[in-house]
Amino acid sequence: MDLTREEEDSLNGKNGSSISTAYKILLSIGKATNAEKLIPVEWVHLSGVNYNTIGDAGVEFLTKYSEEAQFVVPTTINPMGYDSHQQNNLSSNFHKQQSKIAKAYEKMGSIPSFSCIPYELFQLPESGHSVSFAESNAAVMANSVFGLRTNKESSLSALASAITGKAPYSDLRIDSTRDPKIRIKIDKELKTELDYGVLGYFSGKSVKESCVSFGSDISNIDMYKTKSLSAALGTSGACGMFSSRDTHDETITFGKEEEKSVIDELNTTDSGDVIALGSPQLGMYELELLSKMIAGKKFSKKCMIFCARSVYEKSCKSGMAKILENAGANIICDACTCLSPLLSREEYDGVITNSVKAAHYLNKSNGVSVSLKDLKSIVMEYAK
Amino acid sequence: MEYSLKGKIIVGGTAKGKVLSTTQPINFLSSVDHRTGRITDNNHELCGKFLKDSILIFPYAVGSSVGAYSIFALKSNGASPSGIICTLKTDITTASGCAIANIPLLQLCKEQVIPEIENSSEGIIDGGYLQIKKV
Repeated sequence: MDLTREEEDSLNGKNGSSISTAYKILLSIGKATNAEKLIPVEWVHLSGVNYNTIGDAGVEFLTKYSEEAQFVVPTTINPMGYDSHQQNNLSSNFHKQQSKIAKAYEKMGSIPSFSCIPYELFQLPESGHSVSFAESNAAVMANSVFGLRTNKESSLSALASAITGKAPYSDLRIDSTRDPKIRIKIDKELKTELDYGVLGYFSGKSVKESCVSFGSDISNIDMYKTKSLSAALGTSGACGMFSSRDTHDETITFGKEEEKSVIDELNTTDSGDVIALGSPQLGMYELELLSKMIAGKKFSKKCMIFCARSVYEKSCKSGMAKILENAGANIICDACTCLSPLLSREEYDGVITNSVKAAHYLNKSNGVSVSLKDLKSIVMEYAK
Repeated sequence: MEYSLKGKIIVGGTAKGKVLSTTQPINFLSSVDHRTGRITDNNHELCGKFLKDSILIFPYAVGSSVGAYSIFALKSNGASPSGIICTLKTDITTASGCAIANIPLLQLCKEQVIPEIENSSEGIIDGGYLQIKKV
């Protein structure tokens, strides 16, 4: 990858060690993705905010890094481990370390979004512009739905973009890669958001390319299904984009058998002691959908709904939050089902969710069994 | 038996260790205990093995973008591989994690045919080459 004279100087430390570290990261990912040069990005979305995921090594790194580093483009950040406006049973150490992380990002100039759905909350750059999005669901959504151009960034590569305002011109930032070379042929009826999550999880595992086509079958699906598909695709694979554009290249079939293999892997119990909704965090569309289903009923099990704070505030104004809270739901902001320590195995034996992404991390990281059911079935079974 | 395979240097340096080879991708956040380096995912063929001081040969990383911090945490906890080889493509998570953790990383060149590698072999990364020796 060619660097300009200025970029070379920055790499060599002329503008301080934090900028030099950022260029070192950009150089490694530029080489990895065969980039010829760096280009400007107009928005960055960072992951690596939850203490449960980045641990003490991450806290130490960010605390030190933030002493000098400053973001030069608008930068939103992912959820953290809990809702700071609510009581919880987490240890004082967790609170201390989590608050150090939040402070480090604040010091560098981030927008305190604590959300994995920046595309629903902010006026992002227009279609065709380059951004740098870590958080796999947000990267897939940005590329596939909003026409933005980002690679499937890591926490650290997106951090480097926030510091420099640049990212490699490679992979999904180039037209030819955004043209799918592989197609998943959908050979069964898909009805619910869970069905689309299962499709996404299977597809991520099956393709190594950066962009996959589902053909025109997915061109008219709603926001809930699209988010479910994107999150699962980003969880199981390295793919950062889906497209409805057809391709005559290789085809892989997704039918009943393929669906079963995903369910067998992730559905590890028949029921659970808590319902968890929101991975990705729920937006206004899903809250509206749920509040219509649940109006006048009560959940028979504890129910946790994860959403962005600004979405919660809107839903308070519209009266939807009241409907959900009257049904017994606890609405949690700034956190997410996926990897929240609020859903630990010390506290719960099994979690009921419709999120395939959450099922992956609950099973494999939190060590909690998961019962996968679609939203309608959850309401039918666990609310009266 | 000795092999020498050519790669593209993504993160430079020299490294030596027991070969840990798999054809399955890895999610560094959900499949690895970053305190011990143990692979914990029951669905992974390396489940139960430790990354510590190994030369990890794998296709590419999948899933969480936070995997880059997981690689950094593995290194900070003294539980990381000594060096890493990506056989199919070098993903951004592995590249950025290795860059921050100073773990040598090679992308195997396309024309290289990867021989059947026994996990008891020793691997050495030096410059743009991976040497594998059966111990």
